[in-house]
Amino acid sequence: MESFDRRAGELLSDDDRVGLLRQMLLMRAVEERGNALYKQGKIPGSFYDGRGQEAVSVGATWALSGADPVCSPLIRDLGAHLVKGTDLTQIFQHYMGRENALSHGREGNVHFGDKGVGVVGMVSMLPDMMVVATGLAMAYRMRAEQRCALTFFGDGATSRGDWHEAMNWAGLDRLPVIFLMECNQLAYSTPSARQFARDPIERAAAYGVHATTVDGNDVEAVFVAAHDARERALAGDGPTLIEAQTFRMHGHGAHDDARYVDPGLIAEWAARDPIDRYSARLTERGLDVTGLAEDVAAEVAEAVAVALTAPMPDPATATEGVFCTSAPAGEQLGRGAERWSGFAAMAQRLPSAAAA
Amino acid sequence: MAVRTYLQAISDGLREEMRSDERVFVMGEDVGAFGGAFKVTDGLLEEFGAARVRDTPIAEAGIVGTAVGAALAGLRPVCEMQFGDFVACGFDQLVNVAGKMHYRLGLAVPLTVRLPVGGGFSGGPFHSQNPEAWFMHAPGLKVVAPSTPADAKGLLAAAIRDPNPVIFLEHKHLYRRVKGEVPEAALPTPMTARIARPGEDLSVFAYGAMVHTALEAVSELEADVEVVDLRSLVPLDEEAILASVRKTSKALVLDEANATCAAGAQVAALIADRAFEDLDGPVRRLATPDVPIPFSPPLEQAVLPGTTRVKEAIRELLDY
Ligand SMILES: Cc1ncc(C[n+]2csc(CCOP(=O)(O)OP(=O)(O)O)c2C)c(N)n1
Ligand SMILES: [Mg+2]
Repeated sequence: MESFDRRAGELLSDDDRVGLLRQMLLMRAVEERGNALYKQGKIPGSFYDGRGQEAVSVGATWALSGADPVCSPLIRDLGAHLVKGTDLTQIFQHYMGRENALSHGREGNVHFGDKGVGVVGMVSMLPDMMVVATGLAMAYRMRAEQRCALTFFGDGATSRGDWHEAMNWAGLDRLPVIFLMECNQLAYSTPSARQFARDPIERAAAYGVHATTVDGNDVEAVFVAAHDARERALAGDGPTLIEAQTFRMHGHGAHDDARYVDPGLIAEWAARDPIDRYSARLTERGLDVTGLAEDVAAEVAEAVAVALTAPMPDPATATEGVFCTSAPAGEQLGRGAERWSGFAAMAQRLPSAAAA
Repeated sequence: MAVRTYLQAISDGLREEMRSDERVFVMGEDVGAFGGAFKVTDGLLEEFGAARVRDTPIAEAGIVGTAVGAALAGLRPVCEMQFGDFVACGFDQLVNVAGKMHYRLGLAVPLTVRLPVGGGFSGGPFHSQNPEAWFMHAPGLKVVAPSTPADAKGLLAAAIRDPNPVIFLEHKHLYRRVKGEVPEAALPTPMTARIARPGEDLSVFAYGAMVHTALEAVSELEADVEVVDLRSLVPLDEEAILASVRKTSKALVLDEANATCAAGAQVAALIADRAFEDLDGPVRRLATPDVPIPFSPPLEQAVLPGTTRVKEAIRELLDY
C-alpha cells in the first residue's frame, strides 16, 4: 500500500485528485437516480449498480490515454464510461429504453458502449470480452501502436474457460492488455470461497502474466496499478492482472435484497466507502471538495430532465442494423477523454507525441 | 390435483424425481441456498443436502461436461442454466460430447439441461433468447418445451428418466403467470403433441409461451380453430401434426424464436412434404424476425409475435 501512496504522490496532481473524486461521485449519483427511476417504473427490465466499487472503474480508466480502449466495462463499471466521456443524457435515455445514440433502445442496463470514445459495450456472457480485449491488444501489437486495452471482470467470471484462454494467449504473446479483476467477494449469491479453491491472482504467474493486488476502495491505488500496468504493456512487457479487493454493497441487481450477505460484512465495508474515504483524504490535504456533490447532483438532474423528454424508439426500426451495409470502417474506436494530467505534461515535453 | 404455477410444477417435478431416484441431482449457479435465479430449486438444498443440490462456479461448459461425466458414471444430473442464453457457453459439451456419445460409443447420457428462455420483459439480447433450434439441429439431443404446469412437471419427469440428453425449455414468461391443475403423482408426460383446443377450420401449431398467445388469439375470434401444442420438438410428433392438417386443411405455425431454421420451419417443411394434398392454402408461419431481442419495450413488442398478429394471420388464412 505504501508504495502505491508514494507512486500516487509522484503521478497525481491535485486536479487529478479532485477529478477522481468527482467521477466517483458522479457514478454514485447516476446509479442512485437509476435505482429510483427503476422503482418508479421508468427504467424497464432490471437495474444493476456498482455501489461501493466506484474507485475501481474510475481509478483504472483515469490511467488510460485517449486512444486506449475499454473493452469492456461491466455492470459495476459505470465509472469507466463516465471517465471516457460518454454523455450523461444519452446514458439515461439508454437506461430508460428511449431513443438514444448509444444503443438505440436495443440494449439496457450498463450494456452500452460508446465507440466514439473507445468503449466497446459488454456482452452478458462472462467474461467473453476479455478475449476480445486481448484481440484489440493483438492488433495494436501487430501495427506496432503504443496503445493498450483495458478489460474488467468479476471474481466469479474467472471460473469460465474464456478467462483462461485470454490469460494464456495474452501471456504467450506478451500483449498490451490490462486484466482488471473486481474481487467484490460475491458472484450473485455465491461467495468467492465457493467459486475457486485458490485466489485467481495466484494463477497469473502460471500464464506468464504479471500480477498485482490493490485496495479496490482506494482510487489512487487502483490508478497507480493501472498506470504501471499500462507502462509495462507499452514497454512490451506484456499483460498485467490487477486484483482490486472490494465489496458489492447492493444486491446483485435492483431486484435482489441480498439477504444472503452477512450484515456485519456490509457494515465493515461501509466504513471503507471509497468516496467517503477519499473526500476525507482530500479535505485533509487542504483541497476544497465541498461543492462537488452538489455540482454532480445538478448535472444528473439536468441529464434526467432532458432524457425524460426523449421519445421511445420507433418500432419500425426494430429490425434495422443487424448487418453493416455501409463500407466497413477501418479503425472504428474513437478517442476518449484523456484525464490524467501526466499525459498533458508528457505532451508538453514531447510535442510530436501529442499528435500521434 | 392441486393448482400450481408453471414454476411450482417444475419445482415439484424436480423434488419428486429426487425423492424417488437417489441418482438424480441438480447443479447450477446459485441453485443451493439461494434457490436459483428464478427460485425453481428453492427448498431443495434443505431437503436433499449440498451433495445433491450443487452450487457450481460460473462455468457452463463445466456444468454440462461434468454432468456428462456423472451421467456416464450412473447418475442422473439435472443442470440449470441461470438463463437459457448462457447455454451458448456450454454448447460444445452438449452438441459434440453429449449428443454424439451414444451413436459413437454406445454410451448413454441421461442428462437434463433446464433452460429458462424467452422474452417479453425487457431482458435484452442476452436474457431473452429461444435457442431450441441450435439443439434441434444437433443429432442426439432431445428438446422439449412445455406450455402448462401439468406438462412442465410431466415432461421434466420424462426428461430426467430418459436415457438421452434432454434440453428442457421453460419459458420465463409462464413461470408465475400460468396456473393449472397438476396431478400429485409423478407421471411422465409423453414426448408427443397435445390438442390444446380442438377445431375444424384451421390448425395453429405452437409450443411454450406461444401456445398461450395462440389460445388467447383464438378466443377472440369467431372461428373454429385448432391449437396444437407440440410439447416436444425432438422427437417431433409428426403424426399428430399431419392428422390435424388432414382435418383442418390449413396450417399456421408459430415460433417465438427467430424465424430462420426455427422449429416452426421444420413443422412447415413436414406439412409441405407430407400433407400437400390435404392443404387448402399455403402453410403460414409467424416468428420473430432474425434480429437479437431488443431491450426497449416498443422495439421488443415490434419483433415478438403477439396476439394481434396471430389473429391477423389466422383471419387471412381463413379467408384464403
Ligand atoms: C457465462 C455466464 N453465466 C452466467 C451468467 C449470469 N450471471 C450474471 S452476473 C453473475 C455473477 C457474476 O459474478 P462476478 O463475475 O463476480 O461479477 P459481479 O456481479 O460480482 O460484479 C452471473 C452468474 C453470466 N452473466 N454469464
Ligand atoms: Mg464478484
